[in-house]
Amino acid sequence: MSILVDKNTQVVVQGITGKAGLFHSQQCREYGTPIVGGVTPGKGGTEIDGFPVYDTVEGAVEATGANTSLVFVPPPFCADAIMEAADAGIGLIVAITEGIPVLDMVRVHKYLQHRPSRLIGPNCPGIITPSVAKIGIMPGYIHQPGNVGLISRSGTLTYEAAWQLGNVGLGQSTAVGIGGDPIVGTNFIDLLELFQNDPATEAILMIGEIGGNAEEKAAEYIQQNVSKPVASFIAGRTAPPGKRMGHAGAIISGGSGTANDKIAALEAAGVVVAESPADMGTAVQRAMEKGGK
Amino acid sequence: MKIHEYQAKQLLAGAGVTVPKGKVAKTPDEAAAAYAELGGELVVVKSQIHAGGRGKGRFKEHPDQPGVVLARSADEVRQNAQRMLGSTLVTKQTGEEGKTVNVVFVEEGLNIARELYLAVVVDREVGGPALIASSEGGMEIEEVAAESPEKIHREAIDSGHGLYGFQATKLAFQLGLEGPAIRSAQKFLPKFCRFFLDNDCSMAEVNPLVVTKEGEIVCLDAKVSFDDNALFRHKAFDELRDLSEEEEAEVKAAEAGLSYVKLDGNIGCLVNGAGLAMSTMDLIKLHGGEPANFLDVGGGANVDQVTEAFRIILADKNVKAVLVNIFGGIMKCDTIVDALLGAYEKVGFNVPLVVRLEGTNVEIARKTLAESGRDIISASDLTDAARKVVGTLAS
Repeated sequence: MSILVDKNTQVVVQGITGKAGLFHSQQCREYGTPIVGGVTPGKGGTEIDGFPVYDTVEGAVEATGANTSLVFVPPPFCADAIMEAADAGIGLIVAITEGIPVLDMVRVHKYLQHRPSRLIGPNCPGIITPSVAKIGIMPGYIHQPGNVGLISRSGTLTYEAAWQLGNVGLGQSTAVGIGGDPIVGTNFIDLLELFQNDPATEAILMIGEIGGNAEEKAAEYIQQNVSKPVASFIAGRTAPPGKRMGHAGAIISGGSGTANDKIAALEAAGVVVAESPADMGTAVQRAMEKGGK
Repeated sequence: MKIHEYQAKQLLAGAGVTVPKGKVAKTPDEAAAAYAELGGELVVVKSQIHAGGRGKGRFKEHPDQPGVVLARSADEVRQNAQRMLGSTLVTKQTGEEGKTVNVVFVEEGLNIARELYLAVVVDREVGGPALIASSEGGMEIEEVAAESPEKIHREAIDSGHGLYGFQATKLAFQLGLEGPAIRSAQKFLPKFCRFFLDNDCSMAEVNPLVVTKEGEIVCLDAKVSFDDNALFRHKAFDELRDLSEEEEAEVKAAEAGLSYVKLDGNIGCLVNGAGLAMSTMDLIKLHGGEPANFLDVGGGANVDQVTEAFRIILADKNVKAVLVNIFGGIMKCDTIVDALLGAYEKVGFNVPLVVRLEGTNVEIARKTLAESGRDIISASDLTDAARKVVGTLAS
C-alpha cells in the first residue's frame, strides 16, 4: 500500500536516545527502513550508533527531509511530541507509546484536525509494508509480503494473525496496528477506505476487541463501501463488564462495547468472523473463497 | 481509578460545584453526631461503596435495610448506620457477593423540585468530552436512551476552553429550567465541565442532579472516576484510593507492572499482550474451560515479573491448571523460557502447566523446555494449547 509506507518514506525517531527508541531504530534499519535520524531535545548535534540526533523535529526535517516520525517518547510528554511532529510538517506519525492520558489525546486529535499529518496509534506496534519498510516494533520476519490488508487494535495478537496468514500462504500488503487506546489517530474506517482503493490489497483482516463502537461503525462502512472480502476476529468475548482489560480502550461500559455486539454487526455486514483466535488465517481464506460483493 | 461519593463531592465542592452539606461517619456515634452538626430536620444516610444502585440495594445481614435511607432524628441515623457499617450491601451493580460498607455519608435533606441527569464522558466517536444531560433524573439512563432518546441532550466540550456560556444556556432551556434555576445552571455546568478536564476524569456522573424549590442546582449523587493513565499528574489522588474496594491480587499485580483481572474459572493464564491475553481467555472458554484470570505480562517480562505473575495466579485457590501463551516478537522465546523456568523453581508448581510458544528463537526455547526435566506440557498452536490445558482437568 503505497499511501502510508513506500520507498519515499524517510523516518525520524523521536526519543531515539532512549532504550526502546534506539533498539527499535536499529531493528528498523536492519529491516531496510530509511531511518534518517532522531530527535532528543538537548542532544542535538550528537550521534548514536550512526544515527544523527537533532534537538527538534523541525531541525531534523530541515536537515534530512524526513516525512515520517516514529515516536517513543514517554507518556507524560508524548502528546506534545506528536503535536511537535505535526507542526514540523511530518506527514505520517506513528506513536508507539502506551499510557498517554486520554484528555491529552483529545487535545492531539483537535490539533491534528486541520493539519495534513496522519497519526497511527498511540499504544500500537506500528505499521509494516512487508519487504519494503517497517515503522514499528513488530518482528519483521513474521509478516510475509502478500495481498491481505491487516488492521488491528492489538500488538501480539496481530503477530499471531500475521503468522497464521503466513501458514496458509497469505501475506500482507500492509499491516497497521491502530492501537489499544480509546482515542486513536487512525481508525478502522480510515484504513478500510485505503485498502479498498489499494490495487495491491485483495482481502482485509480486521482484529478488534471490546470497548467503544469502532467495529460497529466499521461494519456499517463495509456494508456500504467495501467490496473486497473481509474477515475479522474480536477479542474479549469472555471479558467481564466494567473492567479495563489491559488496553485503556478495552472496557465494556454501560452495556456497550461488548464483543457479541461487534460480532453481530460485522456478520450482518457480510464479514467472516472467526470464532476462535486460532482461526484468523483460515477466516481470511473462507472470506476469499466466499468472494467480495 | 474509582472514588467514593463523599470523596467526589469533596472534590467537586473544591471546584465550586454545588453539593449538599454532608459529613463522613465511620461509626454509628459519628453518624449521630453528624446529624446534630448538620442541624436540619431531614438527612439522608448513605452507604459508601464503589458501586451504584445503593438505594434499591439491601444488606445480606439485614435484608430489610436499604443502602440509602432518609432519617429525621439522631437516633434514627444511629440505628441505620449501625446496620450499615460493617455489613455487606448487595446492589444491581455489585454482583451477588456485594460490598462491605466501611463508611457512611450523612447529608442534609434537600427541598427537591426536580431531578435531572448529568454526566461527562469522553466520546470516542467525536474524539472529545461530551456533556450529557436529561430531564429524566433518578432513572436508569440506559432505559431513557432506549425509550426516549429525544430527552437526552449532548454538548461537545472544548478540551481547552471548557463549556461555553451559550452551551450552558442552551441546555438550561432544553431541560425546561425556569427562573433562578437558569442562572444556577449557567454557573454550575461550566464549573462541572472544568472539574472533569482539570482532574483528568474518565467519567463524572450526577444522577440525580437536583433543582431545589429555591432554584438552586445541586449534586444529589456523584460518581467520579479518573483516567488511570493520568494519575501520574495527580499524586494527591493516591490518598483517595480505597484498597478494600480493589481486588488484592489486582493491586499486587499493578505494583509489579502486570495487568491482571481476576475471573471465576479454574484455568490460569499468563500471556504477553492484552489482545492476545483476552483471546487466550476466549480460547479456553471455547474449548469448554473457564479462565481464572486475565494477565498481560507485557513486553519486557523478566524473571521477577514472571515469578510474580505465577505467584498471583497460583494464589487463587480456584486455579487447577495454567496456560502460558507467549508470542515472542522483540521479547525472545528463549528469554521467556529462562524466566519461566526460574519462576517455576521459585514458586513451586503443583498444578499442570501447558506452555505454548511461538515467535523469535522458538526452536531454542522449545529445546530448553524439553530438556528442563520439568513436567511442563508443550503445545504447538492455539487449538492444541487449549485442548491440552482443558484436558488436564478432565483426568
